Amino acid sequence: MSLLQIRDLAIALPEGADRKYAAQNINFDLDKGEILCIVGESGSGKSMSANAVMGLLPQGVKPVDGTITFDGRPILGLSEKEMLKLRGSRISMIFQEPLSALNPLMRVGAQIAEVFEAHGALTGTERRKRALELLHEVGIPDPDAAIRAYPFQLSGGQRQRVMIAMALALEPDILIADEPTTALDVTTQAQILKLIEDLRQKRGMAVIFITHDFGVVADIADRVIVMQTGKIVESGTADEVLLRPQHPYTRALIDAIPRLTQRKEAEEQTRAPILTVEGLQKTFSTGSGKLFGKRRVVKAGQDVSFELFAGETIGIVGESGSGKSTVGRCLVRLLTPDGGRVMVDGADIAHMSGTELRERRRNLQMIFQDPYSSLNPRARVSRILTEGLIAYGTPKREAQEKARELLELVGLDASAMNRFPHEFSGGQRQRIGIARALALDPKIIIADEAVSALDVSIQAQVLDLLADLKTRLDLSMLFITHDLRVAARICDRIIVMQKGKIVEAGPAGKVLHNPDTEYTQSLLDAIPGQEYERALEGAS
Amino acid sequence: MVRFILGRLVKAVFILLAILVFNFLLIHAAPGDPAAVMAGEAGAADEKFLADLRQRFGLDQPLYVQLWIYIKGAVQLDLGYSFRQQMPVAELIGDRLPATLLLTGVAFVLSLVLGVVAGVAASARQGSWGDTIISTLALLFYATPLFWVALMAALVFSVWLGWLPGFGYSTIGAGYTGLAHVLDVAKHLVLPATTLGLFFTAIYMRMTRASMLEVSRLDFVKTARAKGLKRRVIQRRHILRNALLPVITLAGLQAGQIFGGAILTETVFAWPGIGRLMFEAINQRDYNVILGVFYISAAMVLLFNLITDVVYVIIDPRIRLTA
Repeated sequence: MSLLQIRDLAIALPEGADRKYAAQNINFDLDKGEILCIVGESGSGKSMSANAVMGLLPQGVKPVDGTITFDGRPILGLSEKEMLKLRGSRISMIFQEPLSALNPLMRVGAQIAEVFEAHGALTGTERRKRALELLHEVGIPDPDAAIRAYPFQLSGGQRQRVMIAMALALEPDILIADEPTTALDVTTQAQILKLIEDLRQKRGMAVIFITHDFGVVADIADRVIVMQTGKIVESGTADEVLLRPQHPYTRALIDAIPRLTQRKEAEEQTRAPILTVEGLQKTFSTGSGKLFGKRRVVKAGQDVSFELFAGETIGIVGESGSGKSTVGRCLVRLLTPDGGRVMVDGADIAHMSGTELRERRRNLQMIFQDPYSSLNPRARVSRILTEGLIAYGTPKREAQEKARELLELVGLDASAMNRFPHEFSGGQRQRIGIARALALDPKIIIADEAVSALDVSIQAQVLDLLADLKTRLDLSMLFITHDLRVAARICDRIIVMQKGKIVEAGPAGKVLHNPDTEYTQSLLDAIPGQEYERALEGAS
Repeated sequence: MVRFILGRLVKAVFILLAILVFNFLLIHAAPGDPAAVMAGEAGAADEKFLADLRQRFGLDQPLYVQLWIYIKGAVQLDLGYSFRQQMPVAELIGDRLPATLLLTGVAFVLSLVLGVVAGVAASARQGSWGDTIISTLALLFYATPLFWVALMAALVFSVWLGWLPGFGYSTIGAGYTGLAHVLDVAKHLVLPATTLGLFFTAIYMRMTRASMLEVSRLDFVKTARAKGLKRRVIQRRHILRNALLPVITLAGLQAGQIFGGAILTETVFAWPGIGRLMFEAINQRDYNVILGVFYISAAMVLLFNLITDVVYVIIDPRIRLTA
């Protein structure tokens, strides 16, 4: 008998939700030592199904039908007290955003030791010793320091390792990993995936891995379940689902994966550059926490120089902390560079101020990463779109008319004008963000991780939209991303940044397939699902 | 940590100096001077008498000289002389300060403890009748003017029921010593401290409740549940500690307000503190006393803020290790 059996599970949403069930007719088995990937987009019910196993559904959401059998025992409807015994000891869980998943005020060691305490295992000193061993096991550099650290002192990858250490503390039978690598860089993602794979082998632990990234699925899954709007539409072994998908939705998801090979050749650029960045410098310094202590200095931009030609898209790629966003923000003067020049139309905007800057700045507009926090939640779409125009002196009626055109341009209905951002999905919100950026007829768009927060299929749609708009409106674009596959899809040239410096720059094809530096190569190697991509290439 | 506190202390000294100068100039910007008031009241407003008075008090000196003399004195805790009360201001304030510190200190601790406990209780039962009762009571105390609550409390518990003394610091002429004295003062303290405290309780309660609910939705609370921790442990160790941060910030800011509230409470309950001293001094235009009270209360507010900062630093490692 399987370790975990789910039969006819139905999870009801509270009244007034957009549909009745978060998930229904859920059936699957999980064997010891198996990695099962549940794939689907936001709202497909994949997280809800996994949370139901833990008995950790949000308020108002509850299982209404079916059974969950764990180790031969039905666990749906167990008392809270009985569930407490299972959670953390036999079934444990890790989450998407490791920074917010750890208590900011507690030391890492204490948070791990707490798992033993919750289940009455070991004594005080043993708990600490075991916590240290666990940190060793998950490969944290300098575990002796890490155990005394607070979460904010660790990097994203280290935090996720701490989460894994915590989840593994009592050697659970099942690890539920809810998008554990979505918030991480490719290189860190590759390390975490390898860690999970290793631990599975060493401990014979079963893993439910929730993701929307088929590249990750290809690298890690034994079996795959594909979910759409609360239902399982396809399931099978990894090879079956990935190479011979039956359901059109699965096929659509697989088609939507951005691939390195989809890049297009850069055209010869003979036109004059529209944007010239020369020797851009930006240094951040923060207090040391001591009265006369040395300040911490981060060089986020060191002598960054490049040219952007009219109609061209340049991708700036790099890991978090590489300075790519800082460069973008310096260009639109959300940050003031410490040195260097930013030439737009023959004028240096790096050191302009007042009216002059205002006039020039409308030529550069930014699209931000998070479509949830980058739109004012209290403002209707009409205000979001017309604010900039009105600020630059367009009469209100004209601005409204223009806003309607913009909505149509980005594929939204004009009725969106009177609605608030929260009434839209993530993809729709990002379209509003794009419309907002286009409102002032800019020449240059700077997109900072503009699709990173979106599901793959939505990501593909938004990338297509950007490419289309670029040609139609004759825009030039700087596309900042940590995802090389996304860069491959949309960029003509690619700039690779590391620790505030440009380490490599060139045509997309060259950088992605024949890079000059080891750093770029390491970024490329870390992309999940490469073998799978080659298999798909071979098949087609 | 020591450096942090030292840094804050240095800042506090500068702020205090700035307040001192500002208050001094403010008082002197008002038309007339103490000599004119005194001469007027003495019914002898001729120029010579005025000039004599001005010379005696140093009011004929240029303003910057007066300021310098005042600052030199203030640094050594010499706050001048009250000609009304015929006593050095420092002594006058020194006599009254302990009563005010006792009242505000007890009210502060009471409001914070009650507010946090009520806030936690309300948030744990969000939407239940218990939550509604606690929230409504808090709103009631917050919305009612402080002096009115004070008057009603005195009327009900002192005049009608006769449970507690309604005015003063201790029973006059009773001559209690030792424990009996302490109990006597405590009895007198109940009404003013509770009245003053309840107003602030409401603020802390609402803040704690909102903050607890917000924190309880954060991811790390889910992590704690996924570990198999009991609800009570999660409440205390994970939610409460994080939820207290904004409450502490608020408490620091409210310290000044509590001094303001003390003036009203002390006046209603005839509590012999600096609040009442100030009230009387303003009525009598006793400038040196007013300046002295401003100075001391500013110092108190700064001290409360410093304590808040230190508590914050102890609780939140992100500030301790980076700020």
